[in-house]
Amino acid sequence: MTEGYGAISRRDVLKTGAAGAAIAGSIGPGQAALAQPDPAAPPRAAVGLKVNGQAVRLDLDTRTTLLDALREHVKLTGTKKGCDHGQCGACTVIVNGRRINSCLTLAVMHEGDEVTTIEGLGTPESLHPMQAAFVEHDGYQCGYCTPGQICSAVAVLEEIRAGIPSHVTADVSKPAPMTTVEMRERMSGNICRCGAYSNIAEAMADVAGVKA
Amino acid sequence: MRPFTYEKATSAQDAAAKAAAMPGARFIAGGTNLLDLMKLEIETPSHLIDVNGLGLDRIEEIDGGGLRIGALVRNTDLAADQRVRKDYAVLTRALVAGASGQLRNKATTAGNLLQRTRCPYFYDTNMPCNKRKPGSGCAALGGFSRQLGVIGTSDACIATHPSDMAVAMRVLDASVETIRPDGTTRAIPIAEFHTLPGETPHIETALEKGEMIISVALPRPRGGTHIYRKVRDRASYAFALVSVAAVIQRDGKGAVALGGVAPKPWRVEEAEALLPQGPKAVADRLFAGARPREDNAFKLTLAQRTIASVMAEAKA
Ligand SMILES: Cc1cc2nc3c(=O)[nH]c(=O)nc-3n(C[C@H](O)[C@H](O)[C@H](O)COP(=O)(O)OP(=O)(O)OC[C@H]3O[C@@H](n4cnc5c(N)ncnc54)[C@H](O)[C@@H]3O)c2cc1C
Ligand code: SF4
Ligand code: FES
Ligand code: FES
Repeated sequence: MTEGYGAISRRDVLKTGAAGAAIAGSIGPGQAALAQPDPAAPPRAAVGLKVNGQAVRLDLDTRTTLLDALREHVKLTGTKKGCDHGQCGACTVIVNGRRINSCLTLAVMHEGDEVTTIEGLGTPESLHPMQAAFVEHDGYQCGYCTPGQICSAVAVLEEIRAGIPSHVTADVSKPAPMTTVEMRERMSGNICRCGAYSNIAEAMADVAGVKA
Repeated sequence: MRPFTYEKATSAQDAAAKAAAMPGARFIAGGTNLLDLMKLEIETPSHLIDVNGLGLDRIEEIDGGGLRIGALVRNTDLAADQRVRKDYAVLTRALVAGASGQLRNKATTAGNLLQRTRCPYFYDTNMPCNKRKPGSGCAALGGFSRQLGVIGTSDACIATHPSDMAVAMRVLDASVETIRPDGTTRAIPIAEFHTLPGETPHIETALEKGEMIISVALPRPRGGTHIYRKVRDRASYAFALVSVAAVIQRDGKGAVALGGVAPKPWRVEEAEALLPQGPKAVADRLFAGARPREDNAFKLTLAQRTIASVMAEAKA
């Protein structure tokens, strides 16, 4: 991504379009209420994040999840919302080097944190090796789960390298080995509706330099 | 989600005092259970006290043996700690059997102990549920109860406690260390930490208003073979139907606790004395007085077989 995160995106254009339509049509009760100052305005808070190396300062309704902050406020729509309840992994991003579900954490809890999204891993001109491997091995069909799968996959290899045990580690007193069985278990938090699993596993094995 | 104000705690005691003084205040740690429930408006706090950043994310050795695990230690870090892997492997095994890698990176020791049930009717706000709305009834009693409890339940609630970690902590005789709003501290044995539903299923633990967990202490290592066997509908990323945490010694004696069957980790010390007589004797004693329902009676058979398999593995 070459332009800054304040740049107008396709989403802004879409939003303007929708607002225009609402003005042209009749004003519903919801819109009328918006015009009045709300005495019980939901509490807001400021938070500073470092997203893909760039500092961003946001003023948010405290209820905003990190996922919504990234998508709706920083305008990085690569990270996807699948279930919004920690069940699918589509919203996976890397925060301070660890993968998490951005839908189950509040943006205001991340003051000073470094967030890496799919946009920060690589660019179309210079793909991250995991992005390139997903392309090479057809690790997707519709692509909706893909940003989460790739962020997760990158972090999984780091977790294995760091020796973190998993459910399939035979002897937890020893570092976990870099095997496809380990990779598959650790990817269970990323669901793919299109069932691209076996190709994802091949992409990961390729990047890790092991036999799929 | 209902609006709420947010603050970062400055100390554990300050957090406890504020939580007791402010109506509608709640602690937030990893947020992976609380936010899930807030989105569904099952939990509706009006103020969140963030207890991250208080230095409670360390694992320390206790003088004279044992480990003190900070309340904010992430599940991943607890599972990966070399001392835990060596001396309390059942805990590592239970942790890595729970949730997903992403969730374990956020989930904390205290939050895991305090996660709420996965009863489908607790989650469905259109249905009666005594736990969510005291006095409204229990939809699970006449409903689909395959996931639910077979023992320790009541006529008001048959939900299970979903934590894997807590089952391992029960077998290790952990104790939960807390600070109260007045600054006093206490240690609650894990056996007494989670309460049975009785007439008041909305009360789930021994914690008082505002009381905050600061750590969990593990007694000195006891050796033995550590096993955590979790049986579920798929091989990963699913809650337990039945799980067995066991620490078995060379002479065949040991400790056994079960998950997925009761409102708290289920351990009956008298049942353990029957280990030399085999899995049936153990299971019969563990489940004496069980009240299974048609949909979940299979858990009794499954539990006995899982115990058998764990005992065989310990011998091998
Ligand atoms: C899709 C999915 C699958 C899952 N699968 C499993 C599984 O298989 N096995 C399993 O065991 N778990 C599973 N979990 C649950 C997960 O383990 C919990 O959500 C997590 O452990 C909660 O920890 P947390 O720090 O995020 O808690 P939070 O959500 O921050 O808090 C939970 C509760 O604890 C309270 N609290 C937090 N810290 C303190 C403190 N220090 N003192 C007092 N009160 C405190 C909060 O007020 C809140 O009521 C799953 C969750 C999801 C979303
Ligand atoms: S079993 Fe408990 S949690 Fe489930 S509906 Fe009944 S009262 Fe609610
Ligand atoms: S959107 Fe976060 S896990 Fe599904
Ligand atoms: S590629 Fe379509 S959901 Fe995974």
